[in-house]
Amino acid sequence: MVSCSEKGRTERVLTVCPYCGTGCGLYLVVEDGRITGVEPDSLHPVNEGELCIKGYFGYQYIEDDRRLRSPLIKKDGKFTPVSWDEALNFAAARLAKIKQESGPDAFALFASARATNEENYVAQKFARAVMGTNNVDHCARL
Amino acid sequence: MTNSVPEIGQYSDVIFIIGSNTAECHPLIARQVIKAKERGAKLIVADPRLTEMANKADIWLRVPAGYNISLINGLLHIIVKENLYNSDFVQNHAEGFDEVARAVEDYTPAYVEKLTGIPQQDLVEAARFFGRAKNATILYCMGVTQFSYGTGNVVSLSNLAVVTGNMGRPGTGVNPLRGQNNVQGACDMGCLSNVLPGYLAVTDEKNRARFEKEWHVRLPSKPGLRIPEIGDAILNGRVRAAYVFGENPVMSDPDSSHLRHAFEHLDLLVVQDIFLTETARLAHVVLPAACWGEKEGTFTNTERRVQRVRKAVNPPGEARDDWWIFSALAQKMDYGRMNYLHPQEIWDEVRRLVPEKFGGISYDRLEKARGISWPCPAEDHPGTPFLYEGGKFATASGKANLRPVFFDPTRLPEEKVKQFKHALAGKITELPDEEYPFTLTTGRRGYHYHTGTMTRKSWPITQVTPQQLIEINPRDARKLGIEDGDFVKLSTRRGSIAAKAWVTERVPEKTVFTSFHFWEANVNELTINSTDPVACIPEFKVAAAKVEKITPAEFQAILQEKKKKYLVDLEEEVAGQSKSGRREAHV
Repeated sequence: MVSCSEKGRTERVLTVCPYCGTGCGLYLVVEDGRITGVEPDSLHPVNEGELCIKGYFGYQYIEDDRRLRSPLIKKDGKFTPVSWDEALNFAAARLAKIKQESGPDAFALFASARATNEENYVAQKFARAVMGTNNVDHCARL
Repeated sequence: MTNSVPEIGQYSDVIFIIGSNTAECHPLIARQVIKAKERGAKLIVADPRLTEMANKADIWLRVPAGYNISLINGLLHIIVKENLYNSDFVQNHAEGFDEVARAVEDYTPAYVEKLTGIPQQDLVEAARFFGRAKNATILYCMGVTQFSYGTGNVVSLSNLAVVTGNMGRPGTGVNPLRGQNNVQGACDMGCLSNVLPGYLAVTDEKNRARFEKEWHVRLPSKPGLRIPEIGDAILNGRVRAAYVFGENPVMSDPDSSHLRHAFEHLDLLVVQDIFLTETARLAHVVLPAACWGEKEGTFTNTERRVQRVRKAVNPPGEARDDWWIFSALAQKMDYGRMNYLHPQEIWDEVRRLVPEKFGGISYDRLEKARGISWPCPAEDHPGTPFLYEGGKFATASGKANLRPVFFDPTRLPEEKVKQFKHALAGKITELPDEEYPFTLTTGRRGYHYHTGTMTRKSWPITQVTPQQLIEINPRDARKLGIEDGDFVKLSTRRGSIAAKAWVTERVPEKTVFTSFHFWEANVNELTINSTDPVACIPEFKVAAAKVEKITPAEFQAILQEKKKKYLVDLEEEVAGQSKSGRREAHV
């Protein structure tokens, strides 16, 4: 199921464009573990082998140097890289404290129209089952 | 969408596009429209701007921003008067036709022309095309929904489709073109404050019980806050902690300076994203996420088509899948029912809990298919490319509910509403006046996407569209002494931005247009947070504005202000702290 490219090999991974709601089918071209291009899926019933400029060139952000690579905590007003354990402990302790002091509805979650179904399902489950609130919404409202 | 995209190219013989800049915002759907036109289909476009689609239309109805209901009621008026409605469909599959027919009586072509400036002959011709079509389809977007009466706009479009019997067949329907890759899916998965996954209302005990059994908790029954309500809830102390993932609200939300101000008052802001966005810069904790191309899962497109997205490369550094982060945090908070190992497990939980919609959509089937449209209740069910087949609607009676809709730009037509059952009404919140004489309307550009977090990091895209432009009509520009490429300051009661003027006939007189792609001049500092009473969608599409010519030096001063405001240098600074390189192993 996972098809990561190994060194020296070129692979084409079938997926769906991450931009608008049209959901065009495309292949990511992977060389030596890096995405080097995009090809449209000619068998997809919506885009039938074509893409727009965002579909063709919009993937470049994946390899951008400014991608976040480490959890960060703002210490004395400055972002400091920390371990996952430290970041999650920090968030968990404060969320628990606020819930205890002010109740579950003192928490609000902005979910993501960009993330997968599975991630959004887990996000709302976190808000409802863990935090105990229906304060979960996302930009479909906008 | 009620119907699927390929049906447009294949079956529609009249296409009515309203409030959608399809060629720029959904280019591959626009391609299906062109395909239909090549077969001889007629294209009607209603838009204040001369978009590429308007340019290709057989009839372009230049409706002023905000006046959709007058236009649609006008079409219905002609369709009723000229007997172009589908009496069989209306009789057997709809309720409320007489009320709607009575409600549109006043909307004569002459009255609509007086309100909107649309020539009577064009309106009559458009109504005849639509009324006589074999398969007419309606495509709409944010130019219909983003109003304080967005629900009324959508209901009036649904009236038009039902009255003409254009529902429940291929190539027909009422079709919202959804803006984001998985906005449909995020809604389907229950990321709305009033519904659980599968649109099951949180207020219904039976719905909650379904999830309580699987999740082993008692669930809250009161609907939660909606996004436009959160800013005030923070400022009045009701909300103390916010968690934002994969969204950039300080750029994308209306009256964004107000929300930004609210976020600065939070006791805890957690932001989970792929870049240090304008919102992430305000956070107490930032969690790095894997992005598209680095993870497995599914997206659901605007047609309700659930499709597999696949991993091609490893995420950089310590970045992790969003589902992993939520699961790990839940475990830290002693919740034991979120110990997932793979997205497939999560999807199977969704299928188990909402079998009526997703039960038949397995990862195995998605390996072979180019997606499956829900509802798909069983593994041997083919999915549902179009809804309401045979005119059976998802209402208690099984019939479509028609509702009268009224509009008056200046004041709510309340006395009209009282004369009808279940009527809706709208008015524009902020009309132009002496101080703010322009109508500001907003949207996207073809080459960029939303707040620019992703597309501004692609060099071919930034080369084509490097900066913000403010569209202004040549006659207005002349009066203000503005030439194409001059710097202008655009202001509303909420704030000011500055950018270059694009003097163009694309916008009508007294209307200006710009986008929300650029922090340098983010139009959402100017938009108004006035919301629809049903859907709570804000009125992004109309605000009163003024335009002033400024000098290059004045522009530079404003730019420096914005740079400080959005903490622009922080992104590079933080990126410099951590080493580059991708993770070696799989998550």
